[in-house]
Amino acid sequence: MSAPIVITNVSLYGDTPSDIVIVDGQISSLTAADVPADARTMDGSGLVALPGLVDLHTHLREPGREDAETIETGSRSAARGGFTAVHAMANTTPTADTAGVVELVASRGREVGLVDVYPVGAVTVGLNGTQLSEMGAMANSRAQVRVFSDDGKCVHDPLLMRRALEYVKTFDGVIAQHAQEPRLTEGSQMHEGLVSAELGLAGWPAVAEESIIARDVLLAEHVGSRVHICHLSTAGSVDIVRWAKARGIQVTAEAMPHHLLLTDESARGYDPRFKVNPPLRTQEDVDALRAGLEDGTIDIVATDHAPHPDEDKDCEWGAAAFGMIGLETALGIVQKTMVDTGRLTWRDVARILSETPASIGRDEAHGRPLAVGEPANITLVDPAAAWTVDPAGTDSRSNNSPFGGIELPGRAVATFLRGTPTYLDDRFTALTEGAPA
Amino acid sequence: MKHLLGTQNLSREDAVLILDTAGQMAATQEREIRKLPTLRGRTVVNLFFEDSTRTRISFEAAAKRLSADVINFSAKGSSLSKGESLKDTALTLQAMGADAVVVRHWASGAAQRLAESGWLHGSVSVLNAGDGTHQHPTQALLDAFTMRRHLMAANVGDSVDGKGLDGLTVAIVGDVLHSRVAGSNIALLRTLGAKVVVVAPPTLLPYGLERDGGVSVHFTLDDALEAHDLDAIMMLRVQRERMTGGGSGFFPSPEEYTRLFGLDRARMDRMPGHAIILHPGPMNRGLEISAEAADSPRSVIVEQVSNGVAVRMAALYLLLSGEEASA
Repeated sequence: MSAPIVITNVSLYGDTPSDIVIVDGQISSLTAADVPADARTMDGSGLVALPGLVDLHTHLREPGREDAETIETGSRSAARGGFTAVHAMANTTPTADTAGVVELVASRGREVGLVDVYPVGAVTVGLNGTQLSEMGAMANSRAQVRVFSDDGKCVHDPLLMRRALEYVKTFDGVIAQHAQEPRLTEGSQMHEGLVSAELGLAGWPAVAEESIIARDVLLAEHVGSRVHICHLSTAGSVDIVRWAKARGIQVTAEAMPHHLLLTDESARGYDPRFKVNPPLRTQEDVDALRAGLEDGTIDIVATDHAPHPDEDKDCEWGAAAFGMIGLETALGIVQKTMVDTGRLTWRDVARILSETPASIGRDEAHGRPLAVGEPANITLVDPAAAWTVDPAGTDSRSNNSPFGGIELPGRAVATFLRGTPTYLDDRFTALTEGAPA
Repeated sequence: MKHLLGTQNLSREDAVLILDTAGQMAATQEREIRKLPTLRGRTVVNLFFEDSTRTRISFEAAAKRLSADVINFSAKGSSLSKGESLKDTALTLQAMGADAVVVRHWASGAAQRLAESGWLHGSVSVLNAGDGTHQHPTQALLDAFTMRRHLMAANVGDSVDGKGLDGLTVAIVGDVLHSRVAGSNIALLRTLGAKVVVVAPPTLLPYGLERDGGVSVHFTLDDALEAHDLDAIMMLRVQRERMTGGGSGFFPSPEEYTRLFGLDRARMDRMPGHAIILHPGPMNRGLEISAEAADSPRSVIVEQVSNGVAVRMAALYLLLSGEEASA
């Protein structure tokens, strides 16, 4: 447990100015009057305090692809991005489809200690889409898995999906669906539209996502289960989820930062850094996603942080891997696209990047209020610290960011996991000793 | 022009310059000694990641008739078929001192990537000899060259230098969706002032083309012949693997395709007397084109092949000789 810390004059959720006193990993007070003598002080002027960010959709690649990312490098990148918890997707090698693998991932996450790593369990054995994995064993393991996903692949068999939705009710789990009708997307390389037609790249039509979402919300309604939609990317998907919610279906949905900012026009140079699944869509889709996030149709933003080594990206488009890193840029992109545009407040950001993802994932210790007695999982944001993204400077082991050269308005400057700083911006390297004057 | 990657960004001036230069090259090919000293000492690499004997031989003949040294680099069937191989190959070619790289690749965008990725530095020119389902610019240029020669001269043998294809109506028939030949032709024909008519089953049309006001789309060849007085008709090759099977065929059967889209005697006779027939080859006789049509006096299919050499000589010459090319 690290020394007591006092953050002075920080804006809680972007509105109430306050101090935060952290003792023994908890928020012990919100006034700097109650400060232990050995406390270190951080000047929080101009900063926004949020509950530590929670990413429901991260690829840490370990075990299996440690050349792309490890739990350690991914955790460091997450902490730097303001995250205190990440959900590590199951498409590792071996697949996270047994209690043994999820416990390995969780325990390695604890050893590293920079973020809480919640393993996601595979819905089907080996992500093969044919046989349910032992989800009960994963749920009851020390990893306490609550989120199950074949992400990277769609659970496309409707009967299997129905069974999975029903089965996880036993332990209050949720199926996070990668909505992609496989037959409609065979060989697909980018969003199917005018740009794909011009570039001669096989299209990934919006309907391939929307048809699966429509099916799955109806299945969820029929069996009375909750369902979570991964990386929703089209205007039509927003409409379907909005309809489902109005009908009372227990559906939650996530949007990715890249889908809030970039469009299929980015593919014109055939630079595979812009190759991602689901693909970058049109401006109309970007606008619909922003509107859906604003009105609550889309519940959360998650990163789909997907590291790949150079050899999988420094090649021709057709040979390149799908995916982009995003842990360190997510917060800045949300600020740029949603806060600075007046669509969301910082209190909303706390909801979409911390409280609701923690609630969907049943992460008890995260997404908690910034209040006395709560665990000190805190992210300090400097909304005025504009920066230009430099992929080479990332803490991730891979640098496949599509945002190189883009200016973002703000970023996380300090992250605390149970009171311990897991990331501190340069400005805090010499934390002042003692209580504030 | 540093590279020739596609026809979409080719200006009318550059396109006409290439066609005019090809005319001069074609004239030299009538002489007894056909070899020109123009590119002596320059190295042209034919980099083929896909089988294409015809295109490779055409480029090879073009380079050799300009006295360039030619290296054929065929990656077909080797481990060099995916991934970083393109980059590694680029580094190898750079090290060998290539002046121009003629690249045929299965991936759309491969030529552009080769030109713009920074893998090749210095002054290596890239010529796209077909990338995936994207572009095949020299094919479109040789088609334009052929049409211009036949259809734009006031009298047989008159010079067509400086002319485009203004006022012509040209139909492209077949698998437009997967055809880099169609992709390059549609753009170039529009640039040169021709009216483009596209004829294909809806399953083989690129997304959005129907709503593109600049192109007239028909779902049967008879409809197109009814609606337009064609000056030229371009029959695309039907790829066997696109046909049927597994529920994912683009049309029900070869017979149905031939009934709706095949060019036979009856349909040929409905075209104006001066109209010509093109095909990029190799043909499926009896499928997209009947033997009667392919071998008729209207057919310029064999001439397309010889014009291909002249157009590729022009492209190599303009890219490698520099100054005159910029427009």
